[in-house]
Amino acid sequence: MTAMIELANAEKTFTMHLQGGVELPVVRGVSFHADPGECVVLSGPSGAGKSSILKMIFGNYRCDSGRIGIRHHGKVVDLATAEPRQVLSIRRSTIGYVSQFLRAVPRVATIDVVAEPLIVNGVAREEARERAGGLLRRLNIPERLWTLPPSTFSGGEQQRVNIARGFISDLPILLLDEPTASLDAANRAVVVELIAEKKTKGVAMVAIVHDDEIRHLIADRIVDVTSFAAAA
Amino acid sequence: MSELSSLDNDQPLLVAEGLAKNYGRLAACRDVSFALYPGEVLAIVGESGSGKSTLLQLLSAQLAPSAGHVAYRMRDGVLRDLAELGEAERRFLFRTDWGFVHQDPAQGLRMGVSAGANVGERLMAVGWNHYGRIRDTASTWLERVEIDVGRIDDAPKTYSGGMRQRLQIARNLVTEPRLVFMDEPTGGLDVSVQARLLDLMRNLVSELGLAAIVVTHDLAVARLLSHRVMVMKGGRVIETGLTDQVLDDPREPYTQLLVSSILPP
Repeated sequence: MTAMIELANAEKTFTMHLQGGVELPVVRGVSFHADPGECVVLSGPSGAGKSSILKMIFGNYRCDSGRIGIRHHGKVVDLATAEPRQVLSIRRSTIGYVSQFLRAVPRVATIDVVAEPLIVNGVAREEARERAGGLLRRLNIPERLWTLPPSTFSGGEQQRVNIARGFISDLPILLLDEPTASLDAANRAVVVELIAEKKTKGVAMVAIVHDDEIRHLIADRIVDVTSFAAAA
Repeated sequence: MSELSSLDNDQPLLVAEGLAKNYGRLAACRDVSFALYPGEVLAIVGESGSGKSTLLQLLSAQLAPSAGHVAYRMRDGVLRDLAELGEAERRFLFRTDWGFVHQDPAQGLRMGVSAGANVGERLMAVGWNHYGRIRDTASTWLERVEIDVGRIDDAPKTYSGGMRQRLQIARNLVTEPRLVFMDEPTGGLDVSVQARLLDLMRNLVSELGLAAIVVTHDLAVARLLSHRVMVMKGGRVIETGLTDQVLDDPREPYTQLLVSSILPP
């Protein structure tokens, strides 16, 4: 495959043992791909399983059957059956995930929160911080806040820190879970620009966006998740 | 980057195979097998009596298994069965290549001697004998664990609980071990003190590229510190996997119960 991501018949069901073993089918037959430089947007109403699919591609949710092919260091790895160590290696050098909320580590300065993905990939601290500062500036986080931990920031500021952390790396795959949800128009426009820049660098992206205007601006293809609905 | 190279290392540091421990008719630990790689942090979670502390003692050669064995890759690259090590090799592991952080710092520290001596002692045990260098290294380590160097001559019995635990960590890490065992490292501490300690441990583990095995009943500790988690119940490992996967998408009834029992922050 030349695709960066290729799902084939991926399936997910939750079994709720504390509720008498109720089976909660989420999605089945999930099949789509994302090529380098392409942004695929998942669409469908709340509860259709969009976030679950994104989490399966990141290895955060397990995949019950089917295949999640990820191009990692030039080879295709099936994330559905990969060992934990392989998944960690894929997350370090292939897949980035921008969640809706920043899971902030207490006491770490904002600039270091943003720079960390570069540092773990061997970029020198100085350079990593410089690039982190550049992104924070673009996302309108005032410089006086950079040395503070983001846990004290407003929701919108935290999300922008999270976006900076997600976009700073040079990973070839990015998963975006509502990256513009609580942003004002100016910052939404910055995120649209950042996504366009990633496309020119050949990054494959899968995104969830509820805003029709943003979806129109970033989507190269739309995958309708309702077609993967798992009949209960 | 040490972290990067060590995480990409394909040879396991420690291998457990079919480990079991019986106390009379009670099976405290049954058929545990796994491999730990350099730079990897494994959390063992479960409630009291699940066998997690017994397992930690088996893995760190403090307890002899009833069945199975543990092998460790010595610095010469050879994987050796712990039960067959000579006395000198065992001493090397305990004094240099391993660290052991106890829940109660009084078990891992000498409470009556100075903080500097507590850290320096591990260095002297591996042959350091220059007083100035030992003291300098001890000071550096106190700073790294955020203890005021002005307190270097005070004994840990005059320290707060959080400081004692940080001192215990400094004492363990000063010899640059490759593997650290931790038994409920944040157990007896206030929540605010726990957060600081966790953050410190997380940074040290990643900066030094340490492998660690952390026993905890606190899933938040597992989430913050570990790459992988093993869930124990009744002496058995009932579920294992990537930490965020096991905690966000738990499969076994008991793991679902554990995860659902966390109070929302």
